[in-house]
Amino acid sequence: MDFELTAEQKMIVETAAEIARDFGPEYWREKDKKHEFPEDFWKSLVDAGFPGILIPEGYGGGGMGMFEMLLAMETLVSEGCGLAGEWFLCLSSIFGGASITKHGNETQKEKYLPKIAKGMEFCLALTEPDAGTNTLNIKTTAAKNGDEYIINGQKIFISGADRAKGTVLVTRTTPVDKAPKKTLGLTLFIVDLPNPAIEIIPIEKHGIHYSKTFEFYINDLHVSKENVLGEVDKGWYLLLDTLNPERMSFSAAACGLGLLAIKKAVEYAKERKVFDAPIGAHQAIQFPLAEAKSKIEAARLLNYKAAWLYDRGQECGAEANMAKVAAVEAGTEAVYHAMQAFGGYGYAVEYDVERWWREINLIRLAPVTHQMALAFIGQHVLGLPKSY
Amino acid sequence: MDVIVCVKQVPETAEAELKIDASGKKIEKTGLVFDINEWDDYALEEAVRIKEKFGGTVTAITVGPEDSDSTLRKCLARGADKAIRLTDPKFEGSDAFATAKILHSVIKTMHFDLILTGAQAGDDGSAVVGPVLAELLGVPHAAMVKKIELGEGKAVVNRELEGGLEERLEVKLPALFAVQTGINEPRYVSIMGIRKAMQKEIKVMRLSDTGLNESEVGESGSWLKIEKLYVPPVEKQAEFLQGSPDEIATKIVEILKSRGLI
Repeated sequence: MDFELTAEQKMIVETAAEIARDFGPEYWREKDKKHEFPEDFWKSLVDAGFPGILIPEGYGGGGMGMFEMLLAMETLVSEGCGLAGEWFLCLSSIFGGASITKHGNETQKEKYLPKIAKGMEFCLALTEPDAGTNTLNIKTTAAKNGDEYIINGQKIFISGADRAKGTVLVTRTTPVDKAPKKTLGLTLFIVDLPNPAIEIIPIEKHGIHYSKTFEFYINDLHVSKENVLGEVDKGWYLLLDTLNPERMSFSAAACGLGLLAIKKAVEYAKERKVFDAPIGAHQAIQFPLAEAKSKIEAARLLNYKAAWLYDRGQECGAEANMAKVAAVEAGTEAVYHAMQAFGGYGYAVEYDVERWWREINLIRLAPVTHQMALAFIGQHVLGLPKSY
Repeated sequence: MDVIVCVKQVPETAEAELKIDASGKKIEKTGLVFDINEWDDYALEEAVRIKEKFGGTVTAITVGPEDSDSTLRKCLARGADKAIRLTDPKFEGSDAFATAKILHSVIKTMHFDLILTGAQAGDDGSAVVGPVLAELLGVPHAAMVKKIELGEGKAVVNRELEGGLEERLEVKLPALFAVQTGINEPRYVSIMGIRKAMQKEIKVMRLSDTGLNESEVGESGSWLKIEKLYVPPVEKQAEFLQGSPDEIATKIVEILKSRGLI
């Protein structure tokens, strides 16, 4: 097994670290406080071509894989950007870029991929208030009407919908009770935004205030059949090629946040002296951080394996879910103990760790809850009966 | 406009804890991260901007060990067209003069309109390679360059002087400019650039390719030899400024200006 990164991969890591140095914790403290989109950060990512990592070279991208994307995300997050280092790339490059690269037709690829590589923002309109993780139960319908579809429904937790110029919209074209299988009957559409038939209402959140998340109402949206992404009624199977890399992205974010918090806690624990010795000399501070670090490193390897499988076009659901479970546990533990190491200062905004705590809290809830990831592993990896 | 940029790979020392190795003449390299010398980074960016504006080529050249390839790859990814690495065990121990001779031996065979170097290197800080190289090539040079405007057969450059002053010079081309940080804002290496860089070749040259003999390079070809490297003893110095608040403020401004801090 060769763990050595290639020269190309090392350069991606170096560039990501360089960008993260220019947009460190202070920058994000301010953006989070002001609820402000990080225009200059996004411009830097675009200038460096990061949104195009997964996009084939023929469409203006780097033609690289999910592994390279994870290296970029993990480094951006752990070198100072926090969750933002993963978030925006996930919205545009995974939801837009990966979905269209994998399943778009030639016209769609030519229309969208070069733009996404140059920073066109995207979002994914999947989750619904009455379906949650049970995607097969979604109520948004796309009714065929000649050469077009009329779409109606409601989505929730659609991040970046205010800025996105396009969305991958998940609908039902065949109702569950009429579909030959529950997993059939879903259809994906690419829809340009903003659109008068779509209304969005912001949802106030616990963290990540530099990006907005919305309720998303679709009222008689008319789209051409040319907008169908992939095949009609086969959307569920196509969606997995977007949801698995999404999981990997958030695992990278969890590991990155954990590493970032540990680094800051270690710096602090070396300097902060109470009772005549740096607090880092005490096992109560040292051991939890050491444990979390070990767990993060293990989770990273599993996540890399998931990406390795994905990049080879192989089944990666088991690894992506197991990596997500391992990463969120390790990352959460790391941020928790980093915050403890700071003592009372851990609660002060100025020390940043409270923001990373708010950020990592998302990852146990999204893109899939910790419990649903465990249920997937129980059922599909261990072969136990479905538990819900 | 054909531009040659001389670059050097140096350890990042800003946050590292440096240790002297057993020889007492070098720093312990284990655990250090190496990257392109900061000043050279600006020189490379300036060269790429010149190419983008006027056309031509950019060649990055370094004297250094095999792992300097990562610095050269970075140059290629940022827009350099060619890269040359001069590597030989006999080059070990070269001072600024010997390094300039090695660079000269190759550059004298190449076409160039302009040579850019960093004003100094972050490791030894000698700030001499550029000017010596210019002398060996018989071309004019300017150091601490903060601005370059190119014209027909000449360039107008701004040099940074002490005390916040700048000097403006007209220089005949071909010439060598040793650039100061802040001359531009270096771009990030891009994903597309990385892809292109992997397809470009790094030409490796040895002592035998330079036309120099052993006695002209390394320690024997150097004018300076390092006797000892050590961490200077820590001294605490404090200067108390006297006078009214206004006078003290004026003095502080003068001190900061004289050190180029404002």
